[in-house]
Amino acid sequence: MRAQLFGTCLVDSFFPEVGEATVKLLRRFGVTVTFPKGQTCCGQPAYNVGYQAEARSVAGHFLSVFRGEDPIVTPSGSCAAMVKHHYPALFRDDPKMRAAAEQAAGRVFELSQFLVQVLRAHEKGFPGKGKVTYHSSCHLTRALGVLEEPLILLQSLRGAEFVPLPDAALCCGFGGMFMAKLPEISCALAEEKADSIVATGADTVTGCDAGCLMNISDAMKKRGSPVRVAHLASLLAEGI
Amino acid sequence: MSGAQTSLSFRSNAGKAVGNQKLRAAMKHAADTFGTKRIDAFAPVADVEAMRDRASAIREEVLKNLPRYVDQFVASATRAGATVHRAKDATVAKEIIRKILADRGARRIVKGKSMVSEEVDLNAHLEAAGMEVVETDLGEYIIQLEGEAPSHIIVPAIHKDRRQVGKLFSERLGVPYSDDPQVLTRTARKVLREKFLSADAGVSGANFAAADTGSLVLFTNEGNGRMVTTVPPLHVAILSIEKMIPSLADFPDFIRLLPRSATGQTITSYVSVITGPRKPGDATGAKELHIVLLDNGRTEILGGESRDILKCIRCGACMNVCPVYRTVGGHAYGWTYPGPMGLILTTLLTGMAKSHPVVDASTLCGACVDVCPVRVPLVDIILQLRRRKVREGFSDPKEKAGMALFGKVAASPALFALGQRLAGRFWPVVRVLGGKDVAGRMPAPAKTPFRRKAP
Repeated sequence: MRAQLFGTCLVDSFFPEVGEATVKLLRRFGVTVTFPKGQTCCGQPAYNVGYQAEARSVAGHFLSVFRGEDPIVTPSGSCAAMVKHHYPALFRDDPKMRAAAEQAAGRVFELSQFLVQVLRAHEKGFPGKGKVTYHSSCHLTRALGVLEEPLILLQSLRGAEFVPLPDAALCCGFGGMFMAKLPEISCALAEEKADSIVATGADTVTGCDAGCLMNISDAMKKRGSPVRVAHLASLLAEGI
Repeated sequence: MSGAQTSLSFRSNAGKAVGNQKLRAAMKHAADTFGTKRIDAFAPVADVEAMRDRASAIREEVLKNLPRYVDQFVASATRAGATVHRAKDATVAKEIIRKILADRGARRIVKGKSMVSEEVDLNAHLEAAGMEVVETDLGEYIIQLEGEAPSHIIVPAIHKDRRQVGKLFSERLGVPYSDDPQVLTRTARKVLREKFLSADAGVSGANFAAADTGSLVLFTNEGNGRMVTTVPPLHVAILSIEKMIPSLADFPDFIRLLPRSATGQTITSYVSVITGPRKPGDATGAKELHIVLLDNGRTEILGGESRDILKCIRCGACMNVCPVYRTVGGHAYGWTYPGPMGLILTTLLTGMAKSHPVVDASTLCGACVDVCPVRVPLVDIILQLRRRKVREGFSDPKEKAGMALFGKVAASPALFALGQRLAGRFWPVVRVLGGKDVAGRMPAPAKTPFRRKAP
């Protein structure tokens, strides 16, 4: 099986280890991974604050890079949701681009979704360790409907103990440009999230979106917490 | 709304609220309590999703034919003996009500909870005409004593804890300090009972208006709503035009959805259906009933892309689950309606020029959409408003320039890679320019971006 990897701008620029972990995982399950050259960003920074023309320009570029029939896999629930739901809406009035958007929307997968639904990676399981809790990011769960897959993967971590996070579904305060536009609220929400994480007694918190994890990580660092913040891809890949 | 609109200073309002630990604690406690009670109240209901679909469809039907339902309501209510007035805006509505009251020599007015009356700032208008206006919903009474506006559409004093209320009552009512909710409630009850019995008129809102019978429907808990609408000889109800429901027969779903969504109750203590004034042989009821139907921009909203917000039935569930609302409370939004539905209504009813910063007050997490009983696409509407903000030129010039650059850079692999290299090399500078609130919360860019190691 082949898959096109969409690294996302955050992983590409700030968290390359998550990209490498994603490649390692996909290859482990027999996937031939391609990284379409020229990929940049899904366009959410512009889309979410109302810059429609700019979002369209970036989305149009994405569609010109991701061609063909292979599934598009990305280690981000938020970017997957952007392609799946907002691309077709962005090009509503442009029949040609709309067809391309719908084609891409039909083959985009968030990583945990792809690992469970397509590769059935949980059946083999992964070596793991320690006490792990999980923050379910908003676009992954609410926009993409991926609720169970990350949990199924976490349950398949042999040797690790999973502890549920109270109020896991409460937003961490990242919100893309929200963190820049209303940092006071964003930080307050991240602190609240950090409180919940610390209260679980977990040594690792994981999730499926680098943006949320970055925001959480900053709050954990500010309080000098030893809790490790790791993308689910990194957590799964490190044992294999 | 008491006081001037402060939506334009949303960010600084919010910043102050974030620093107010007492407010934060009260908000978190209240929002969690209502959130949990809501979930518990819906848990035993088997067909919630179907019920939401039906309620949504009924609201949609109302919006599709709103002028017809309003006309039908006017005819039915008039037939039932009420006098119906139509007000195109807040100024007209306030003046209609003042005149009704003044013409009958009314001096002492008791009020039931009404967000529409807050929207038009009715109390100030009546007080300026020399009338005494007393809010009789306990939460409204508390904030009236404090000189504040509601911070939640269902629970107006949600931002206050019982110690603050105890202090307020002892200062303003001259009673010994107590923070026992039972004692405080008894104090308010004693004061308000006198007001009900001596009132010349009662002013209320309404949750729904049935077009077929001309009935007003009110969901209340404290009994004050029933007192306001039945004890004084004159009852004036003010409601906005979109509160229509085609028929009283449509109510069962709303009776099940509204209290559960709002306060986590299976039903409110009182559900009042008022059809016209007291008739010969009736045991209770006001002798005279006036109904003021407020438009105040709704007809215009109905013709626009964000018209689905008019489906809203004012349960407040969206604010209880909103991460932003839970953190800053209702006053930060700077106008009558807070939270997700509130920032939308604020922008649409008061105009982008007076409100544009509140369209940023959402992380787009979608928790509001999960709980909306009538399936208002709140996130989609917030995105529409953000696009409008940009289109109408209310966005920050620096942001605009930044986004224009982003649109070019992120659509060009060469520029994007260059941007990565520059950001990496000059990160200490970017960090300072970006501010500790933003860039300071991000790690330094990777020395080698993933693209250079990718397969």
